[in-house]
Amino acid sequence: MSRRYDSRTTIFSPEGRLYQVEYAQEAISLAGTAIGILSTEGVVLACEKKVTSKLLDNDGSAEKLYVINNNMICAVAGMTADASILVNNARINAQSYLKTYNEEIPCEILIKRVCDIKQGYTQHGGLRPFGVSFLYAGYDDRYQFQLFTSNPSGNYSGWRATSIGANNSAAQTLLKKDYKDDLTLKEACELAIKILSKTMDSSNLNSEKLEFATLSLSKVNEGKVLHKIWSAKDIDSLIKDSGVLDDKRDDDD
Amino acid sequence: MDIILGIKVEDGTIIATSKAATRGISVLKDSDDKTRALNARNLIAYTGESGDTVQFAEFIQANIQLYSMRENDIELSPKATASFVRNQLATSLRSRKPYQVNVLIAGYDTKTDTASLNWIDYLGTQVELPYGAHGYAAFYANSLLDKHYRKNMKIEEGLGLLKLCLKELETRMPIDFKGVYVKVVDKDGIRSIEGY
Repeated sequence: MSRRYDSRTTIFSPEGRLYQVEYAQEAISLAGTAIGILSTEGVVLACEKKVTSKLLDNDGSAEKLYVINNNMICAVAGMTADASILVNNARINAQSYLKTYNEEIPCEILIKRVCDIKQGYTQHGGLRPFGVSFLYAGYDDRYQFQLFTSNPSGNYSGWRATSIGANNSAAQTLLKKDYKDDLTLKEACELAIKILSKTMDSSNLNSEKLEFATLSLSKVNEGKVLHKIWSAKDIDSLIKDSGVLDDKRDDDD
Repeated sequence: MDIILGIKVEDGTIIATSKAATRGISVLKDSDDKTRALNARNLIAYTGESGDTVQFAEFIQANIQLYSMRENDIELSPKATASFVRNQLATSLRSRKPYQVNVLIAGYDTKTDTASLNWIDYLGTQVELPYGAHGYAAFYANSLLDKHYRKNMKIEEGLGLLKLCLKELETRMPIDFKGVYVKVVDKDGIRSIEGY
């Protein structure tokens, strides 16, 4: 019965819903978790890499974290192929703003522009919506550090800590419990690891299952934003420092 | 032979524009204002091909205001405004019929508490200057400004220096430019100075 309303993205169901958009959001809640935490010194993005075949030959570069411009990075949950289209679009938008105004694009303006594209596919018929949610970490001189999410419907919102993808409600509950306003960047990193270790089903956490990025301000060069996508070695040492592996062992005893 | 002059002082920028609107050998009007307010603290002054000038200035004004409407009353900084104008002129230069407009943009950045004066010509040359002028006025005024301009002048001192420039222009310019409108852009916004 509901097939009549499922097949097109642009048609409301009798209950006033857009099924294709909801299905796209459903697809994302199966993708690897990504969490973002805002701290006083910067923003952390952490993603769960769904374990693929041992035979897969990738160069170890991040699959779900992208640099957008000098002061923004983002994490993706959902269809990576769809995401790369939007990321490419965001990069072009950021550079064209920089060309016109000779200033970096304010975070919210860029996010709004990407969301306008997403929204378009919920209204103009024939195609499917983009099956991706984003976590954006950014810095601009108006609002300093910022964290945003966006979803296939084209809505976006700002957060101090949030998560997208699989188990996002569990991660959100943990964030609500453990988040404090005065976190340092290091504490935020450790909190991110701690929460991922609890929401991911695998028993031993390591750099093969995680992607990690931080956005902070340079201490030497005033006003310069540093973004770092972490190497496997750095992730492993962070996991070790955070002590989540020790906690796990205690639980097992 | 329109006159537009700009002098940046310690906490504001002064703009003077001639009141005469001329066509060929006739003065059509003696109360022509060659400026447009782009937003609360950005003022554009223009000279060039008549018709192009007002069209261009009002096009820029509309776009700057559109930006603020779209972005929740966030206003563009003077630097971003000047870059935008430069970009428009540079794009126009490469079209079939370019705008022949030269402008000065006086602005006050509330974020950094600094005044600025941007000089932009129809070729898309943009420079941030302590003082500047376009057209014939530049030939007479620049030497005076070079001689008498000092850093950290007060607004009153800047207006004094402007009087000096105008006196020279009145003596040397071959036609009567009907006096000038003087405006100041500072932290409180844009205001007219009477008595010129």
